[in-house]
Amino acid sequence: MAVKTLTIDGTLLSAREEQTVLQAARDAGIAIPTLCQLDGLSTVGACRMCLVDIEGTGRLLPACTTRVAEGMVIHTKTERLQSYRRMIVELLFAERNHICAVCVANGACELQDLAIEVGMDHVRFDYLHPECSVDISHKRFGLDHNRCVLCTRCVRACDEVEGAHTWDVAGRGTAARVITDMAQPWGTSETCTSCGKCVQACPTGALFIKGMTVAESRKDRSEIGFLVTAREKKQWVV
Amino acid sequence: MGQRITIDPVTRIEGHAKITIHLDDAGQVADARFHVVEFRGFEKFCEGRPFWEMPGITARVCGICPVSHLLASAKTGDAILAVKIPPPAEKLRRLMNLAQIIQSHALSFFHLSGPDLFLGMDYDPKKRNIFGLIEADPDLARKGIRLRQFGQQVIALLGKQKIHPAWSVPGGVRDPLSDEGRSWIRDRLPESKATVIEALGRLKAVLDQFTEEQLSFGAFPSLFMGLVTPEGGWEHYDGHLRFTDSEGRVVADRLHERDYRSFIGEAVQPDSYLKSPYYRPLGSPDGMYRVGPLARLNICTHMGTPRADQELWEFRDRFTRTVTGSFHYHYARLIEILCCVEKIESMIDDPDLRSTHLRAEAGVNNLEGVGVSEAPRGTLFHHYVVDENGLIRSVNLIIATGQNNLAMNRSMKQIAQHFIKDTKAIPEGILNRLEAGIRAFDPCLSCSTHALGQMPLRVQFVGPDGTVYDEIKRD
Ligand code: SF4
Ligand code: FES
Repeated sequence: MAVKTLTIDGTLLSAREEQTVLQAARDAGIAIPTLCQLDGLSTVGACRMCLVDIEGTGRLLPACTTRVAEGMVIHTKTERLQSYRRMIVELLFAERNHICAVCVANGACELQDLAIEVGMDHVRFDYLHPECSVDISHKRFGLDHNRCVLCTRCVRACDEVEGAHTWDVAGRGTAARVITDMAQPWGTSETCTSCGKCVQACPTGALFIKGMTVAESRKDRSEIGFLVTAREKKQWVV
Repeated sequence: MGQRITIDPVTRIEGHAKITIHLDDAGQVADARFHVVEFRGFEKFCEGRPFWEMPGITARVCGICPVSHLLASAKTGDAILAVKIPPPAEKLRRLMNLAQIIQSHALSFFHLSGPDLFLGMDYDPKKRNIFGLIEADPDLARKGIRLRQFGQQVIALLGKQKIHPAWSVPGGVRDPLSDEGRSWIRDRLPESKATVIEALGRLKAVLDQFTEEQLSFGAFPSLFMGLVTPEGGWEHYDGHLRFTDSEGRVVADRLHERDYRSFIGEAVQPDSYLKSPYYRPLGSPDGMYRVGPLARLNICTHMGTPRADQELWEFRDRFTRTVTGSFHYHYARLIEILCCVEKIESMIDDPDLRSTHLRAEAGVNNLEGVGVSEAPRGTLFHHYVVDENGLIRSVNLIIATGQNNLAMNRSMKQIAQHFIKDTKAIPEGILNRLEAGIRAFDPCLSCSTHALGQMPLRVQFVGPDGTVYDEIKRD
């Protein structure tokens, strides 16, 4: 097992060569905000929350998909990064209808947490106010497109952990939507096993347990990581 | 053509009301109207949402009496699920509603109307507010504030939040009452009871100073509506609906909220966003009815708790079996607080309040549901239509302030005709009486909660051609 030495925010540290910058930073107790990344799932580098500045690369790179390398000098908290992160969160809010006050996930939402973390006191962009539907045709779960940030964590959890691949993304740009099977009501999906992993993986109130009311959704997002560790390493770490 | 005087509260928060006074050619008051120009676009906002979310949404959208919406909405949800909720959940919901009535009535009586009642309608407007009352009568003001706090704290103990507890849900409630909560409530009961009994005494002692107001603040015959128990007693959460007339005759009884459209019509007026419901068989405006504390006292046979019953007999002895003067909403409010405190007293040791079986589980079993409860201000209806999965298709709400709308207009006219002798020189005290006439109904408008001083008012004299030729401002 080869070890690489690198510097993150002025701290000299070592990491295993297969680790990502994000993992190395976390092991060293350096927090980098993330959204689409979830332990136990593959990384897609979609949300760009975790962008870091690596000297000599000339561009910003997502910490969740970038492998560590010998001698890397990484900055995670520059002013530029912080303003980008805030802008990303603002854009996410502007893109759909995130009404925390009446949302099932209020108080336990990663998007809300990020907004607080990046100090978003208002949104500079015009809200798009898209018309989004809610699908509660499933017996146990509901999908609210108003609250979806298209992180694809549900898609990956369903495909990689449950093996059902019920979820996918259809459409492009602002018209992109997560779908079940052939873009049909969730309740009619033949592949869905009703395991609920997607609900646990979802960072917002987009996927929820039916019957829940405002601020009632409390998800265990570490469940996916637990299952994967148990499966791959035969370790049941609770 | 006549002239029009407009009294327009200049509010800094959304949701405000204005009063217009229509004059005839001789310059005398011909009519008066109370306009609500508040619009929330609320029904639209709910379309497409799962009905389970409605208690939380309605409680948040209507910030003035969130608990009432929470309960009416949860009951509508119960109807859609077609469940009877676990009895402990019903008791807990009742407890919260009692607390809500206490806190809301205490706010209305002590903070909003106390200055008028105990300092006088013509008192220095700069001091005719809760601070003036604190200065003049610190003991009474402090007790009033603590009484309201008692109600608020009970709500907070149950809902874990003071203002918007999304605690009552379709099928039941989320959490029981903790043991600490129970003992806190038990400890504060005697003081709360003593305060309301004292306030009753204080109000009775000043009644004679308000003879003019008693005669003119919406004193006229009308119907009254509200919930009563199966035996015809005072009710606030369930039971059935009853209409009585001003002679105390029961006009309609044992009505079920599900059929509300058969007995309540909703007139829409062009100059107000508030719908004006009326008793359908009599049409509008003959079917004008009043709801709220006074109506609830008029329609019931008894309160159902010892001290409140005594007070009800005295109230009826003092006036008539059915009290038609809207000024006495204040008096009725105090009797209701007393009743609520006594009811909490009698239920506080019930072991059911700590039960953990509080939520009935079910799917969508009815595509339509109507829920009703008595909000502090009066009967509140929620009506939802959902699709087979439970997404909201349409929403209709009938709120207390709407139901009192016709009566509030009538009161404005009565007060204006009674007090305005010279439209060229209207003293401040008379503007205050118009405002106080509205306040007697405790309408759920932001303007009614200008607790920290009087409403900023603008009185405009509008000529027949629409030009403003004079204006009085009170900031
Ligand atoms: S539904 Fe949730 S998990 Fe799936 S893409 Fe949207 S936000 Fe991510
Ligand atoms: S967390 Fe790295 S790009 Fe989303």
